[in-house]
Amino acid sequence: MESKEEAVTESADHSMMMNDDGAVDTEQYLTFIMADEEYGVDILSVQEIRGWETATPIPNAPTHVKGVINLRGTIVPIVDLRQRFGIASTDYGPLTVVIVLKVEKDHKERVMGIVVDAVSDVYSLSAGMMKDAPDLGEKVSTRFLKGLATIDKKMVILLDINELLSNDEIPEMSPTEAA
Amino acid sequence: MSIDLSQFHQVFFEESFEGLDAMESNLLELECETVDSEVINTIFRAAHSIKGGSGTFGFTEIAEFTHILETLLDEIREGSRNLTVDMVDLFLQSVDCLREMMQQIQDGTEVEKDTPKELAQAFEKYLNSENSENNVSDSSGTRVGDASSTVGSEAEARTEAGDTNGAGVVVAPGGRRWEIKFRPNVDMLRTGNEPARMFRELDSLGHYHCKVDTSQLSKFSALEPESSFLAWNISLSGDVSREQIEEVFEWVADDCELLIEEIQSEEAGIVAVDESKVDELKIDELKIDERKVESNESKVAEIGATEARSAETNVTDAAESDDPDTKQEAIKAKKESGKAKENSSIRVGTEKIDSLVNLVGELVITQSMLSQIGEDFTVEDLSRLKEGLGQLEHNTRDLQESVLRIRMLPINFTFSRFPRLIRDLSRQLDKKVELKIIGEETELDKTVMEKIGDPIVHLVRNSMDHGLESPEVRLAAGKDETGLLTLSAYHQGGNIVIQVKDDGAGLNKERILQKAVENGLVGEKETLSAEQINDLVFRPGFSTASEITDVSGRGVGMDVVRRNIQELNGTVEVVSEEGKGCVFTIRLPLTLAILDGQLIRVGDCTYILPLVSIIESLQVEPELVSHVAGGCEVLSLRDEYIPIVNLWDTFKVEPDSKSIEDSILIVLESENHKVGLVVDELMAQQQVVIKSMETNYERVGGVSGATILGDGRVSLILDIVGIVKMAGTQASERGKVLDFPSKHKAA
Amino acid sequence: MTKILAVDDSTSMRQMVTFTLKGAGYDVIEAADGQEAFDKAKGDQVDLVLSDVNMPVMDGITLIKSLRGLDSYKFTPMLMLTTESAGDKKMEGKAAGATGWIVKPFNPDQLLSTIKKVLG
Repeated sequence: MESKEEAVTESADHSMMMNDDGAVDTEQYLTFIMADEEYGVDILSVQEIRGWETATPIPNAPTHVKGVINLRGTIVPIVDLRQRFGIASTDYGPLTVVIVLKVEKDHKERVMGIVVDAVSDVYSLSAGMMKDAPDLGEKVSTRFLKGLATIDKKMVILLDINELLSNDEIPEMSPTEAA
Repeated sequence: MSIDLSQFHQVFFEESFEGLDAMESNLLELECETVDSEVINTIFRAAHSIKGGSGTFGFTEIAEFTHILETLLDEIREGSRNLTVDMVDLFLQSVDCLREMMQQIQDGTEVEKDTPKELAQAFEKYLNSENSENNVSDSSGTRVGDASSTVGSEAEARTEAGDTNGAGVVVAPGGRRWEIKFRPNVDMLRTGNEPARMFRELDSLGHYHCKVDTSQLSKFSALEPESSFLAWNISLSGDVSREQIEEVFEWVADDCELLIEEIQSEEAGIVAVDESKVDELKIDELKIDERKVESNESKVAEIGATEARSAETNVTDAAESDDPDTKQEAIKAKKESGKAKENSSIRVGTEKIDSLVNLVGELVITQSMLSQIGEDFTVEDLSRLKEGLGQLEHNTRDLQESVLRIRMLPINFTFSRFPRLIRDLSRQLDKKVELKIIGEETELDKTVMEKIGDPIVHLVRNSMDHGLESPEVRLAAGKDETGLLTLSAYHQGGNIVIQVKDDGAGLNKERILQKAVENGLVGEKETLSAEQINDLVFRPGFSTASEITDVSGRGVGMDVVRRNIQELNGTVEVVSEEGKGCVFTIRLPLTLAILDGQLIRVGDCTYILPLVSIIESLQVEPELVSHVAGGCEVLSLRDEYIPIVNLWDTFKVEPDSKSIEDSILIVLESENHKVGLVVDELMAQQQVVIKSMETNYERVGGVSGATILGDGRVSLILDIVGIVKMAGTQASERGKVLDFPSKHKAA
Repeated sequence: MTKILAVDDSTSMRQMVTFTLKGAGYDVIEAADGQEAFDKAKGDQVDLVLSDVNMPVMDGITLIKSLRGLDSYKFTPMLMLTTESAGDKKMEGKAAGATGWIVKPFNPDQLLSTIKKVLG
């Protein structure tokens, strides 16, 4: 586990130091609420935010894959992030939103939507504000985490979305268990 | 200046592939006895262009290989060598080899070296054999300047040098000194070569002095303005090699007397320019051409200058230092070419674009009409609105058809490879075959075209191997000894029909049936119709060839052909008449982008079935359903047993009803079998635009793609073969066995 | 603006030549064969002709010969784009009136330096 954390830290550091032109390297994060926790994703990967709409189910897909929607002519899969993290799912309400993200996988850009409870805020974070992700136990694998940040005494969990959406490699989320 | 040559690579590859196609088709046309000069010229030109381009763009492997090819072609073209059938074979192999190499370069993969090497050796053998007048690698090392002529006139040159010794001398330290005598032939000017250019170049090489020799100048009255009568004695000093000087005069070596001599002794000087002579030169030039005067004045002025100018040297430096650049570009190009291949381009005729532009114009008109109606809408406008919507529908359909036409190419792109294949195969099999191609201008979608090539090749090989008989057998059967193979294509409705027809022996029904019984595909006592027997050739693991040949391969043939065609939502069938031949008919949708779909519903979900795969749909009487061993359901329909797949079960969705009598059963064709799919409701039929699930997600079992319905929702398109497989797996997981029972009831 | 006529049946070569020359500030007219080139040159006086040798319809040597026959092209520099193996072609081209040649393969810089030399 220790070595894994180190790897995560390294990749986080790398992404923070990327812009070499500014005096203070900051990255902007869009945060959202899920089961009373605040999570953040790199704002550059956010394509749009939409209200929840019924998706067309994909046969035999993992439970957290809610189906596909029509996003202006493109077929886009929707993932329930609660179920992805193993948090008890809630009914979708008027505040339920879908954050449409652009992820890069195998040099191919893909578009996916994640269902979250509600969108919260946008923060600028500098490298110094980031802390390594601690071991959060079985439920949320540290591989999804870029790090933690404390803003106004609140903790924000920063997610590595490229890891998050490559769903085929996670054995505990296999379709059979989901069904 | 540095130019990124890789931007021209794509065009180069495209035209080279076209060139190779042209070479191939012209090679097939060549007859060895009487070589048609236009045909051989076309082949030569194609090879020549590929060589030139590949050299320029840094693909040396191609350039070197094409060079050898070109040399032999040149000899044939010039008539100094006779063409043989084996040579044509070698050329054809080289075309294949070049295609391969080009593809490898384009893909950025390692270029294969063995085949070109072998072929090159074969070419060398021809080139080195008698009746050869070739000089493959001339002039690469030797320059045009004639060194031997300097020997005899050495003394003369010395005298000249001595004469001019008195003038003011500036000698570059450590440099060499040259004396150049240059007398242009009378008509050198008529080739556009101006002495001034050469002087400029000499000037850029080192310290330079020039003296005009006007001794040959005729009287003013007899002066011919377009001719050159002057000669120049030039002395040049600096770090200059003979080659550099010769290069300056390279283009005019045959149009002048040129003497280049190195002065060894210290005493040699530099020729001063006599001003009066320069004036004469001016006058001379003035008489030649008004237009040239201005430029020559400045040029003559330059002659006097001894200061080495740096501009041209810079250019030369740049040219020399360019090599690593070019290499880098080549490497970069290799990396990028892989990508370029993915975004493959398509050539579209302008008339197609024009029609598209027109249609969009009409659409804009309709749109503005509709928005006008909408602005201030009253019930009275209803009929106008309907009319407008009708027009919109019309526009949309036209536009869709027109856009799809852009992807359409004539099937000749696929058919054009067959003359070569037939030639090779008939030589290999010792059969005489004539190929007839009909409807090669018939258009179909580019993607379909790319995927249908191999199945057609397979059918053609099959006809050549098993269908058409040897000349002896044909003669004995009272047929022409040359067999006829016909490839044809035509449109029928929304489909393209492709036929491969031969006038060979036809399918041997008895042997097929016997084979099928042996392989357990058919029960011994079953009686099959002729059609059913013919259809057996498409069953997996079936081959009628008593021996395996390398032409049509092992028994893994026809079933693959059928599967490939079915993947394109097409069908293939065979009709045969014993002793007269057989016809394979392929039917394909014109495009893969659009599908004629049947909407079906299970519970809340709407799915789409390809219409082409539906045989019939019916409501099922429960007593016709029986459970075979393991618990799998089978429907007894007329004289067949059809396995039943419950879509709700396979896809895990909640249906309206799980009992079969409340549902609809759709009989589908799946890999030559019939299968019954149970759904809740049969809905509308409509054309749907196919979208990939893999763009943003991944491949989904039982689903071939998705589409967007009129209400904006996504609907999945079913993959019947996949569903049947899933149902089979699920059944066996439950301990059941879903296996296809024999297609026909035992008698 | 100095006008150059670039003649080659190979699109990639023609594009490369045109791109290079235009980049250096020359005005370029393109033609894909000798006949097209001849027609264009007649209609529009150019300052230099740069022509491939092997071309369909009319080859480069015939083109040069035909152009030299015109009064307006008596002294115009005309360069052949030729491959090194074609030694005879060079002489044939010279006899037809070519000023000189540029040996293929060449790179853009070599092309430009030769053209600059010829045009002065």
